[in-house]
Amino acid sequence: MLIELNDIRKVFNQGKHNEFSAIRGISLQIEPNKVTCLKGASGSGKTTLLSMIGCLSRPTSGRITLGEQNISGLPERFLTDIRRHTFGFIFQKFNLIQGLSVLENIMLPAYPLGTPHEALMDYAHSLLGHFGLSRLSTSPVEWLSGGEAQRVAICRAMINDPEILIADEPTANLDSKLSREFMGLVDDLHQSGKTVLITSHDPIVFDSPVINRVVEMCDGQVLKDEPCY
Amino acid sequence: MTKFIRKQRYLIDFTLSSLLRRKTKNLGLLLVYTLIVFILASVMLFTHALRSEAGIILQESPEIILQRMVAGRHALMPAEYLEKIGRVRGVVRKEGRLWGYFYDYATKSNYTMMAAPDKGLSNSEVIIGAGIARVRWLGIGDFISFNSFDGKTYTFEVKEILDSESELVSSDLVLMSETAWRTTLGVPEGYFTDIVLSVRNPREVSKIAGKLTLKLPDTRPILRDEILRTYDSVFAWRQGITFVLLAGAVLAFVIFAWDKASGLSAEEKREIGILKAVGWETGDVLHMKFWEGGIISLSAFMLGYLAAYVHVFYGSAVLFEPVLKGWAVLYPEFHPVPFIDGMQVATLFFFTVFPYTVATIIPIWRASITDPDTVMR
Ligand SMILES: Nc1ncnc2c1ncn2[C@@H]1O[C@H](COP(=O)(O)OP(=O)(O)OP(=O)(O)O)[C@@H](O)[C@H]1O
Ligand SMILES: [Mg+2]
Repeated sequence: MLIELNDIRKVFNQGKHNEFSAIRGISLQIEPNKVTCLKGASGSGKTTLLSMIGCLSRPTSGRITLGEQNISGLPERFLTDIRRHTFGFIFQKFNLIQGLSVLENIMLPAYPLGTPHEALMDYAHSLLGHFGLSRLSTSPVEWLSGGEAQRVAICRAMINDPEILIADEPTANLDSKLSREFMGLVDDLHQSGKTVLITSHDPIVFDSPVINRVVEMCDGQVLKDEPCY
Repeated sequence: MTKFIRKQRYLIDFTLSSLLRRKTKNLGLLLVYTLIVFILASVMLFTHALRSEAGIILQESPEIILQRMVAGRHALMPAEYLEKIGRVRGVVRKEGRLWGYFYDYATKSNYTMMAAPDKGLSNSEVIIGAGIARVRWLGIGDFISFNSFDGKTYTFEVKEILDSESELVSSDLVLMSETAWRTTLGVPEGYFTDIVLSVRNPREVSKIAGKLTLKLPDTRPILRDEILRTYDSVFAWRQGITFVLLAGAVLAFVIFAWDKASGLSAEEKREIGILKAVGWETGDVLHMKFWEGGIISLSAFMLGYLAAYVHVFYGSAVLFEPVLKGWAVLYPEFHPVPFIDGMQVATLFFFTVFPYTVATIIPIWRASITDPDTVMR
């Protein structure tokens, strides 16, 4: 599924004294089955852009199309529906729910879909097995190390088998060894046919051979857009 | 449809593990909630039971009591008055009663002494109320003595202990033969305490009362309806006390719900954000929280109501002893007939579960409509 951004703008606190233009006219095409990295200084608008692509928020103006569908004007219900079928999110702070077990955390996004329990459990266990977490399935998430928590977050992002994975600063809480490991996992995802969208200012990420394309941002605009081969 | 049910099952599962996660907090919540329901339900069941008990008692009492008045005071009723009344249409039975009070120094309490000619008691036998039996450790076949008006002591054998449905008034009762009663309390032959009349048609009562006052100008008829009214005002006063309790409980509940409403912790807010970000709809979050509130308030309601039920109907409403005391001098053991009144349950349910649910769902709703991108920061 092709993601197409057309003159996207995002203004925070519009009309107030602290009005701030975070994204200022971005047009971009993100091809399916590629790993794209958004790179840029802090405050350049990477997270803001990512959350609009992932249907977590809406642009102030401009058009976002997802495959054939224009998503920028859709009401919240539809956005949620698209979000949970199309996107998997890996957050910088992992955002696991404390007190619940690894397995429960992973299955969480599938609950509103009413997937049959057996099938859901099977899939969750196969994901855990794939990411080497089987041993931890019943542990509460607060016991996990940073790397483990990250892999749990990846499993959770994968549970609804989304086409597109979105990762915001996924390596910010990891050391360089774990960061390289993470890029290995991204490569696996890519090989299995997923579209991956990462933001980062970590050279381990944007210099990694796994990345197909780096989009550099500055002050809410695209500064440089180059494919990596 | 099955999908919908599966979804609800997932939400309930999630809710249960959420509740377990904050075990102490939720247990505390459940406890306070249960306690409040318990107090409210106890008051409701208790006052209702008290009222219906009184109703039962009065059902058995005669329609008209005729008292003789001398100088504006209740005086003894000469036996000839029974003949003087003669035949009054509508009166099916007329009878002189003998009753009075006896102060027992040993237990510092008043007994109600009554002659019961129809009980077939010999002159040395009595039937006593359960309250007297309790305070004096008496069983059937034991002996009890009373000092007579002229300073003599008479001893009686307990032939029976009243095990009345409504102990509320029979608790302090002593029944004896007419001769024994007259000998002990000093009312001479030819006099009664009052006269009771049974009337077949309740609509004729006031007409008959009018006739009686014409025939016997120095008497005063007391109608059962009037007694009912007196009882009612006594109950109203008692209910006033219980109402204060009730108001207190409601107030506590409001404060409690308010606190819950304003106190959605940062952690809870973040969790709602996460759920939304991973693909839950606002409606899903509300559903889940609805289950959470529902599980807590329903279990609190059932536990509280059950506890109140046991308390009032099987525990003699011990916590309300101070309210009941002073009914009769001997504290009656209160065993009302258990009942469940659907309307009452519904009222209680409405006043507890409903405000709680509203108080909790509003802040959650506010949190759940915020943009999900906040968790990205
Ligand atoms: N809700 C908001 N209200 C006002 N300003 C906001 C809001 N969210 C973001 N901003 C501003 O928008 C700008 C872009 O933020 P964004 O988080 O997208 O940057 P970023 O590139 O992800 O930075 P970093 O690398 O530090 O994560 C920042 O200056 C930020 O202060
Ligand atoms: Mg960011």
